[in-house]
Amino acid sequence: MNATGAPRRSAMPSLVLGAIALAVAWGLYASGLAADMLRYQKDIVYLVKQHLVLVGISGSLAIVCGVGLGVWLSRPSMARWAEGTIQAVNMATSVPTLGKLALMMSLLGIGALPAIVGLWIATLLPIIRNTYEGIRAVPGHLVDAAQGMGMGPGAILTRVELPNALFVIFAGVRTAMAVNVGTAPIAFLIGGGGLGELIFTGIDLQEHGMMLAGAIPTALLAIAVDFLFGQAQYWLVPRGVNPQRNS
Amino acid sequence: MIRLDALTKVYPTAQGAVAAVDRVSLEVADGETCVLLGPSGCGKTTTLRMINRLVAPTSGKITIGGRDTDDVDPVELRRTIGYVIQQIGLFPNMTVAENIGVVPRLLGWTAEKRRRRAEELLAMLALDPAQFLDRYPNELSGGQAQRIGVARALAADPPVLLMDEPFGALDPVNREVIQDQFLRMQRTLRKTVLFVSHDIDEAVKMADRIAIFRAGRLVQFAAPDTLLAHPADDFVASFVGTDRTLKRLRLIRVREIMLPGVAGEARAAGRATVTPDDDLRRVAALFLEHDLDALPCVGPDGSVVGRVTRADVAARLAAGAGAES
Amino acid sequence: METLTFILHNLPAIGERTLEHISIVGVAVGVAILTGVPLGIAITQSQRAADTVLYLGSIVMTIPSIALFGVLIPILSKIGQGIGWLPAVIAAMLYAQLPIIRNTYTAIRNVDPALRSAAIGMGMSAPQRLARVEIPIALPVIIAGIRIAVVINIGVTAIAAYIGAGGLGTFISRGISQTDIRQLITGALALGLLAIACDYSLLRLQRRLTPKGAPKRASPP
Repeated sequence: MNATGAPRRSAMPSLVLGAIALAVAWGLYASGLAADMLRYQKDIVYLVKQHLVLVGISGSLAIVCGVGLGVWLSRPSMARWAEGTIQAVNMATSVPTLGKLALMMSLLGIGALPAIVGLWIATLLPIIRNTYEGIRAVPGHLVDAAQGMGMGPGAILTRVELPNALFVIFAGVRTAMAVNVGTAPIAFLIGGGGLGELIFTGIDLQEHGMMLAGAIPTALLAIAVDFLFGQAQYWLVPRGVNPQRNS
Repeated sequence: MIRLDALTKVYPTAQGAVAAVDRVSLEVADGETCVLLGPSGCGKTTTLRMINRLVAPTSGKITIGGRDTDDVDPVELRRTIGYVIQQIGLFPNMTVAENIGVVPRLLGWTAEKRRRRAEELLAMLALDPAQFLDRYPNELSGGQAQRIGVARALAADPPVLLMDEPFGALDPVNREVIQDQFLRMQRTLRKTVLFVSHDIDEAVKMADRIAIFRAGRLVQFAAPDTLLAHPADDFVASFVGTDRTLKRLRLIRVREIMLPGVAGEARAAGRATVTPDDDLRRVAALFLEHDLDALPCVGPDGSVVGRVTRADVAARLAAGAGAES
Repeated sequence: METLTFILHNLPAIGERTLEHISIVGVAVGVAILTGVPLGIAITQSQRAADTVLYLGSIVMTIPSIALFGVLIPILSKIGQGIGWLPAVIAAMLYAQLPIIRNTYTAIRNVDPALRSAAIGMGMSAPQRLARVEIPIALPVIIAGIRIAVVINIGVTAIAAYIGAGGLGTFISRGISQTDIRQLITGALALGLLAIACDYSLLRLQRRLTPKGAPKRASPP
């Protein structure tokens, strides 16, 4: 799968990526920075665990609430409020995560809780929007056919609307989670822990090895999470509605 | 049997209340195919959709098989009525088998029974079950998809079928094929069918009776031949087309007016001939092409089985024109 | 509230930081447009090139911004520009690339082939076609890409306060280190308003440039 979501046509992109990764690795080794980074091994392991806790809790809650709220907004009974709410969601999505975390800190103080709540909100919003738009994009005549055949509203939602919106919803979840992992380092600033500790302290102390010891695992983690969700999207969305699996 | 009693649907608009359907009353007998025909916006689709309660009537009654549809829960009602739409509406997330099995599943059939039914229906529609059961809609051609849409509507064996321009999305060749297939099926299944169309030729071909709509009102309700012979007013006449006599001719086969062959008549070699199955339009064309007043009718082996004359054709047209609507 | 008083007393500082912020984002997006739009047009010529470029771009996007800073700083400090304005602009520019390239690529590809044939048939050369037919039609989607890039960059620049680049993020960083809620709220509000204002005005621009009756295929996200 490539960035546009179409099936990958050649191995070229991975080859180029592999080449760059090797070049970077060599560069780190040759400049001695790799050795510097490895000094922080224990910290890295510990902080990765913290990082994953932040990401795991805020992310899973965001997925559950985001999809739920997105579905709710798409219901006919919510039609009057839906457009306005989505516009508000769009506006809130454009607010930088640092700002959101700052607001959380002013409301909830410092520590893991405001960090998780802040990350939760930042991840939640794009998921709500994608779920809402995914469901609304399901062609109206499918819902009409379903109704005409005698499916109740619950069945229509679970057997027609959601499956057909699944690809778009997954795309939203995948992006949101990548953003989540990527902005989690900032949580350190308000006492949330995570790999941000190495990065920010490293910047403060002008110690490049420490910085990279935090930065590179964070980047790798983000790529790994994106890859996992990408695979989930590929395998879990049924073939009939999965443009990546069209035979 | 389906009965509509002064069925009305009124929509409030900026210009005041508009009656999309205005006091429509008609009765469709069991096993009959009734085509709701008219220009776009005439209320035929709205009428159809009131029958399975996708649209709530403003006033009037609908009775299906003796039961007032008001007394039945709409969702339950729809599971007893087959529904086919123009865009087909096969669910892309389900296989063909799963699509066909939707209503059976809602009705609680076992998986085994659902699969068998799907196989049965596909075979009836000349689609190889082994090939098609596990395909997804995006792997089907337009004609295949449309046939599966019909199969899906028939899955739970409902007595009534509602079809909203079901073949409109197909190219003319495919449309002919599936119309013929549907007519063949109907001869065995004898479902009560309400079929919305805006195409007079389709209506004439498919209908036992045609209900012509205009601006929400039922203007004429008659068999195709009667409609063509006696349009109720100028609107119907122009809708039906100025070639309505030719259309009527298409409906009548040579066998219906053929005079049996005179014994000893020689084989008609090289001259224009017709078969008992040809329609009178072809006969008329041959009359004109060859400047004849009579044509021999031949059987499958080429031997003369009868004769058809211009006078007979004219007499048939006049007789049909005298029939009651 | 005290925060209100704080804001009123510090308007000049807020204004300065806002300008710093806008300058970083502005330069970054400006450069990204100059490099990204031509690149997006170029890769419409080759599926392999397109796949590669877009894939790499999306990898860059998954790298957290602070991580990218962390990587740029050692490199740039070799030329004495380790912290401050330059790494911020470079990082922001990198993040602005993918949305712009991807949207340009998609928009040009989605231009109705019938229009292209008509243009060729009328005797337009490739550059003329590009300038007079394809880009004007693709414009709304390209603007949508710029919009996304701007919003992302405002966020990236906020974090850049931590590497000495200034901008509105400094209110937040000081608010945290001094546990000063007034600065926290000021920073958060300012960032939020800036982001919303830019997003909204670019959205208006995008909508205004969308010709009425434009084909749905070219419609922006």
